[in-house]
This record gives sequence, C-alpha cells and structure tokens, in this order.
Amino acid sequence: MIELTIDGAKVRAEEGMTVLEAARTQGIVIPTLCHFDGLSPYGVCRVCVVEVVKGKRSSLEASCTLPASEGLVIRTGSPRVQRARKVVMELLLSTSPKSKLLQDMAANMGVTKVRFQQKDRDCILCGLCVRYCEQQMQSGGLGFVGRGVSRRVGTAFDEMPEECRNCGGCEWVCPVCEQACRADDLIDGLCGGCLNAVPVESCPICTECSQSVGAEGHRTFR
Amino acid sequence: MSRLEGPNQIAELQREILEKRGKFGHEIAVCGGPGCRAIGCEEVFRALRDEFQRAGCGEDVHLKWTGCRGLCAGGTIVVIDPGGIFYQGVTPEDAREIVEETVLRGAVIERLLYVDPTSGEIARAQDEIPFYRGQTRLLLEQIAQLDPSNIEDYVAAGGYAALAKTLDRLQPAEVIEEIRISGLRGRGGGGFPTARKWTACREAASSDGTKYLICNADEGDPGAYMDRSILEGNPHSVIEGMLIGAYAVGANQGYVYVRHEYPLAVQSILTARDQAQARGLLGENILGTGFDFHIKVSRGGGAFVCGESTALIASLEGKIGEPRPKHVHTAVRGLFNKPTVLNNVETWANVPLIISRGGAWFAGIGTESSTGTKVFSLVGNIRNTGLVELPMGTPLRMIIESIGGGVPGGKKLKAVQSGGPSGGCLPADRIDLPVDFDRLAEAGSMMGSGGLIVMDDETCMVDFAKYFVEFLAEESCGKCVVCREGLDRMRDILTAITEGNGTPESIELLEELCEVMKDASLCALGATAPNPVLSTLRYFRDEYDAHVNGGRCPAGVCRALITFHIDAAACTGCGACARECPEGAISGEIGLAHSIDAEMCIQCGICRTTCRFDAVMTD
Ligand SMILES: Cc1cc2nc3c(=O)[nH]c(=O)nc-3n(C[C@H](O)[C@H](O)[C@H](O)COP(=O)(O)O)c2cc1C
Ligand code: SF4
Ligand code: SF4
Ligand code: FES
Repeated sequence: MIELTIDGAKVRAEEGMTVLEAARTQGIVIPTLCHFDGLSPYGVCRVCVVEVVKGKRSSLEASCTLPASEGLVIRTGSPRVQRARKVVMELLLSTSPKSKLLQDMAANMGVTKVRFQQKDRDCILCGLCVRYCEQQMQSGGLGFVGRGVSRRVGTAFDEMPEECRNCGGCEWVCPVCEQACRADDLIDGLCGGCLNAVPVESCPICTECSQSVGAEGHRTFR
Repeated sequence: MSRLEGPNQIAELQREILEKRGKFGHEIAVCGGPGCRAIGCEEVFRALRDEFQRAGCGEDVHLKWTGCRGLCAGGTIVVIDPGGIFYQGVTPEDAREIVEETVLRGAVIERLLYVDPTSGEIARAQDEIPFYRGQTRLLLEQIAQLDPSNIEDYVAAGGYAALAKTLDRLQPAEVIEEIRISGLRGRGGGGFPTARKWTACREAASSDGTKYLICNADEGDPGAYMDRSILEGNPHSVIEGMLIGAYAVGANQGYVYVRHEYPLAVQSILTARDQAQARGLLGENILGTGFDFHIKVSRGGGAFVCGESTALIASLEGKIGEPRPKHVHTAVRGLFNKPTVLNNVETWANVPLIISRGGAWFAGIGTESSTGTKVFSLVGNIRNTGLVELPMGTPLRMIIESIGGGVPGGKKLKAVQSGGPSGGCLPADRIDLPVDFDRLAEAGSMMGSGGLIVMDDETCMVDFAKYFVEFLAEESCGKCVVCREGLDRMRDILTAITEGNGTPESIELLEELCEVMKDASLCALGATAPNPVLSTLRYFRDEYDAHVNGGRCPAGVCRALITFHIDAAACTGCGACARECPEGAISGEIGLAHSIDAEMCIQCGICRTTCRFDAVMTD
C-alpha cells in the first residue's frame, strides 16, 4: 500500500493504481472523458488534469494515466486546474457542440461562453470507440488516420471492416454520438436547453431540469 | 582490413597511417558538404583528379573529400596543404590552374581567395577569415578535416583513442564520473545533464540485463542541419561516443534513428559502422576486451514529433510514432521497457573529446552551468548563413555581428528566434545576452537544438509567430486535444489578427490558451508550442496592439492592414511600378511623381519591390 495526499486528505492506494482510481476510492470526483473502466488509459482528453504539488512548484498531469505513488500531493480542484479544464471544455465544445454530455459537463464546470471558432467535427478523438472495439470486442477494425487536425477515426480503405461484429459498441461508448444535444441554436457555443438555462422564470424553453437555479456559471437564456 | 586485437593497437594504427601519409607532398581537400554538393563539387573533384594524372603528380598528392566547412554561401571549397590555402567558389575549369600554379609552383591564385565583404580584406587561409576566427570549432573542425568515408582519416586524427583508453583503463563508473565533471548537457533541446541519465540507466534493474542506447538523429526543425552535418561528416565520432556510453551503462545494443529525408546521413553511418566492425571496433569482443556492442540504423517515420523521446521509442518498437504519457524515466524503462539512454547526435559526438581530453578541460569551456561548445545553424536575414560552433555563453551580438557578418541590405536587426519552431524570440535590445541553456530559458526562449533565425526590421512579429504556429499545427500528432485543437485555434486567432479582424479579447484569449497548452498538453510539443506566441507577446506586445487597436501592421507585412502610397519627393517618375502593377492602380506622367489608387490596390507589394528609388511606402 502507498499513501498519497489528495485535496488535503491522506489516501491509501494499492500499488499500480492511478491517481484517478485512488481519488475514486475516496469518492473524490474528477471529471473524465476518454477514460473508461475496462479500457486501457489513453490520457488524451485532458479534462481529468490535476495539480501535482512538488514543494513550491507544481505541474498539471492527467490523473487517468498518472501512477499513484508514495508521498504524492494532489489538488483536484485548484484554480489552475479549473482554468485548464474550462479551456479544454471550450476547445472540445467548439469541435463537437452537439454532444449533450459535453454540454452538461461544461455547464457543471461553469463555462459560460465558447470563445473559439466553431468547427463542428462531431468527434473529440477520445479513442473510446477504437479501444472498445479492440479491447472489449477483440475486433480491432477501427483506428486513427492522419495527424494534427486532420486526424480522424477510420477503417481500412474507409470500408466496413471485415472484423466488425455489428455490436454497436463504438456508438454506445461515444461521448458525442451517445446522446445528441437537441437544442436548435447554440448561444456563444453553448446549449441553452437544459442545464445552462437560468433563471427558471425567465427561461422560455425551460425543461425544469434538476439543476439548482442560479448556480455559478448558469446564464440567462435570451 | 585487419581486426585490431587490443586497445593499444589503435595508437599503432594511427602511427602507421601518419607515416604512410607523410610521404605525400600535398593534401587537397574538397568540401563535400550538402551546400557544396548542391553546386557540383563532384565535378570539381573529378577535374582535379584528372589534372593531377595529366601532370603526372598523382603519386605525390592525397586528394580527399571532407564534410561541410560551414561557409556554405562561398561555393565549392578546396583547401590545399601545406599552407592551408583556402579557395572558394572553385569550378572544374579552375582545376588545371590550381594544379599548375598552386600545387606545382606554390603560387596562390588571388581570384579564388576569400574576400571579406565588410572589410575587403583578402584571406589566404581559413583562420584569416572572420567567420572562422571567432569560433571554437571542436566538432565542426573535425568535419572540415576528415573524409567521412574513410576510417583511417578518423584514426589518423586521434579517433578511437578515447575508446581504447576507456576499455583499457577506465571502469564504467569512472567514465560516468568524467562526463559528470565535464558538465555535458544534452544537445537535443532540454539540456538534461548527460551523466545523470547515464547513472540512472546504469543503476536501473533489467530482468535479463538488456539495456539500450539510442542516438536521436530525427532533426526536424526547419532550417536546422547540425546533426545531419555531424552524421554525414564525422559518423565515427557518434559511433565512438555510443561505444563509450554503452560501456559505461552496460548496454550491448544501440540504435541510430535517422530522419528519413537524410539518405546521405544513413549511408554515411552505415559505411562507418561496417568499417568499424571490420576493424574490430564494433560488434563482438571489441578490441579483444570481451565487450560487445552492436548498432542498428533505423529510418525515422518522417514526422517532427517522432524526435520526441516517447514517440521515437514507439516508432522503434514498430508502433505508431506518437508520444505516450511519461511518468517513468526512459533511462529506467524505455525501449521495449528496458533501461535506455537516449541522446542527441551532438551529445554523443562530444563524448570522445571529453574522455580523451578530460572532463575538466570540457568544463573549462563555456559557462558554469552550460559547458563546452554548441553548434548553431545561422539562418534568416544575415550575411553569412551556415553552421557555426561557439563556446556556450557567447553573446548573441558576437554570433550575429562578428561571425554572421550582420544584417545585410542596410537593414536593422529586429529579433532573433532561437530553439526552432517551439523556441522563442529575443528582441534586438537583448542581443548582449550570453547564449546558454539557462539564460535563454530565463529570457523566455530556449536553446532547442541550436537553430538561430535572424530577423530584420521588415519582419512582422505577429506574422512570424503565425508561421511557427502553422508549422506546429501541421506537425502535432493530434492525439491530445489541447495541442491538436489548441494549435488550430491559435492559428485561427493569429490569422484573424493579421487579417485585421482581431480584437483586444483575441489577445487575451490567445494568452489564456497559451498558458493552458503549456500546462495541460500530453507531450513537450504541445507544452512548448506556445513559446513563439508568448515570447512575441512579451517583447512585441505593441505590435499586436497596433494590429488590433490601430488596424496597422507596423512592419508593413500584413496585407490587409497596409496601404501603399508613393513618396512624391523620392519618385523619379520612371514609371516602372506602373508597368508592373497587375491591377493598373498606378498612374502618373513619365518624369513626374506617380500615385496609387487605394481603391484598386490589392496590396501585392510588386510596386515596392520594383521601385529602385525606395519611393513606394506603406502605412
Ligand atoms: C516535438 C519534439 C521534437 C524533438 N525532436 C528532437 C530531435 O529531432 N532530435 C533530438 O535530439 N531531440 C529531439 N527532441 C528532444 C528529445 O525528446 C530528447 O529530449 C533528446 O533527444 C534527448 O537527448 P539529449 O539529452 O542528448 O538532448 C524533441 C522533443 C520534442 C518534444
Ligand atoms: S467517434 Fe466518439 S468515441 Fe470515437 S473517438 Fe470520436 S468522440 Fe471518441
Ligand atoms: S502534445 Fe501534441 S504532439 Fe504531444 S501528444 Fe498531444 S497532440 Fe500529440
Ligand atoms: S480522462 Fe484522463 S485524459 Fe481523458
């Protein structure tokens, strides 16, 4: 067993655990997107970043790939962490605004505006589909092609892969396809349909979501 | 070729070669570097050989190739010994005269000598040329002297003596101690202390004892070619460095990972490897001491990011060359999960020098925290472009003014970008900064692999930052979101600013994005990518402000933000601009001042380059 400190609390973890796993044993919630229990960690969405404190210095690391080690001091919600997560959410939303999951996450983090140019690529390249296909279905028909912004999920010759078992797992695991956000218009890149809409009395399309009214980051729906 | 059976045989071989060579009356060295090859040095070599045969003095002359001499703008370089007579711009037609005049009669051909463009001074030998005089050429001079395809040249110059010394007299720990004393830091970018890496690898446990060495020759920075020159011009120094490193950390297998655009470098290292093997300097039972070390040469995947350590290792393992999260040091778990030392070409090439002459000697060169010399590639708006080697800590001013010959065309220095695309820029008023790892980092730039791009006052710094961001956006592997999307949005914002669509909020957003990319990227490509933007924002903020607030591009580069007009006082009315303007926007009578119709002008700038009287102005 090793002991590390997460948000001031001493946490005991097993050898080989990641910081994300160690935090979860204590009910400390760290948002994740490209992480999925049962799939190998990939560390690419960067929403799970935490601050690793080393004396007077600190750095941000993805908690889903960072091994828990003896004496580690972690902050999961420091201002630096929050700033990074918000910008990451803005970047993600500007590529895939139609994802309900992303819209909800952004709302929970208090993102009030997407300041980047909208790209509508409808994929955040989290690689869940690729890994699900390979590691849970032992199929391996999906992969990445291209680099930089040209990177995309593809199959050999862009045809239905022979290995495909038609399980639909790729679609099910996808944070973008899974449940589409049905708002017609985005305001500043954000969906006003449910979680982002406050206050209730002036929200014309309020779905009376369970979100507490007036919570930080909720914005008036115009 | 016979195998050498013991470390002491290196010195014997050296003596033999020197004796044999002493019989030649003359040595003629033709530069075969990338620059000279491009302008036909091979014909010069052939013409010289034919002339020697014709003159019947072939027996007395040792005609040979060497690697790049650095002064690439000078054309094919031929150096004649004794006397070290330095000819440049030599063509095949000059061969007969060189043989008859210089070799046979000992006369110097004035026409082929180097004339300093600033002082007009004529130089007879290399060390009379200001470009060379200011340098400390430890690695580059070997390249300039040696025939890379002939192991005898390297041995004659004292090569493999450091290996002999290592195997004969030093314990592995003593080798590492010597490197530690030398203060050698990695030349591949980060400046990590080499001895610390080696110690970690030496101490790391490996279940079956396997450890690896890698030489990183992926060199992907645009305009940088120091590693290429070393591999092409002195491959044995890299092999010898790796042999010494292998002995020190206990590795038996090494890899040289060469950028695939460098076929000559691949050829050169393969030839050198085979020659070393034939001499018993590589392979099994090296120099009869029982030490084994093998070298494989791999061609890089062709992407800039493959130079990053984890991507390079993935690529060597046959996987896609993409970075992985790195939490355990490569020295402990690297290639095929075995302890691995990864060093840059130039780092390896320094090792034999340190072992031969001692760590203390090396530590005496440069500054306290950055020892030894560094090879820089000097490019951009500067008179002498090429490779230069200087002690660490040399002030930027000396590199640019004394060695580089200053900014040409009567223009002023504006900034210098160091460290490649993810380095940073320094403004002209910081030119007295000593160039070493730490001082550059403090100033918001970095050493990187040693690229120096000089910019004159006609450079727009926003446009300049955009150029690098575009390069990096193309080269990002695209795996993690911050780097992939961040660079793409950074490009959007910079494009908007240069096209006149920027706002003060764009600059704020740009800054915030830069900070987050530094913080949250998966690998160092993303984490260092904001450097060109952050450093230009730090030193040239007024230029960004002028773009977004004033709608102006002060350097007159961003087309959407400039208007052209003709200075009536300077215009002679020659009409040249009016004839060239594709839009017919310039009018005026011959002999009288012309004018530009702002409505019709498309800001192509042809009139400005056409005018011989500098009468076309922008604002
Ligand atoms: C995007 C990127 C590209 C790199 N390219 C190179 C390269 O071309 N050559 C090199 O030696 N190091 C390169 N590096 C640095 C290597 O990761 C590594 O630090 C270096 O090779 C270690 O050798 P050294 O200690 O001798 O400097 C690169 C790093 C990054 C992040
Ligand atoms: S398709 Fe969906 S699951 Fe696959 S990489 Fe894109 S966002 Fe992730
Ligand atoms: S930082 Fe850039 S280059 Fe590095 S892993 Fe992420 S996307 Fe790839
Ligand atoms: S969940 Fe950790 S980087 Fe995606």
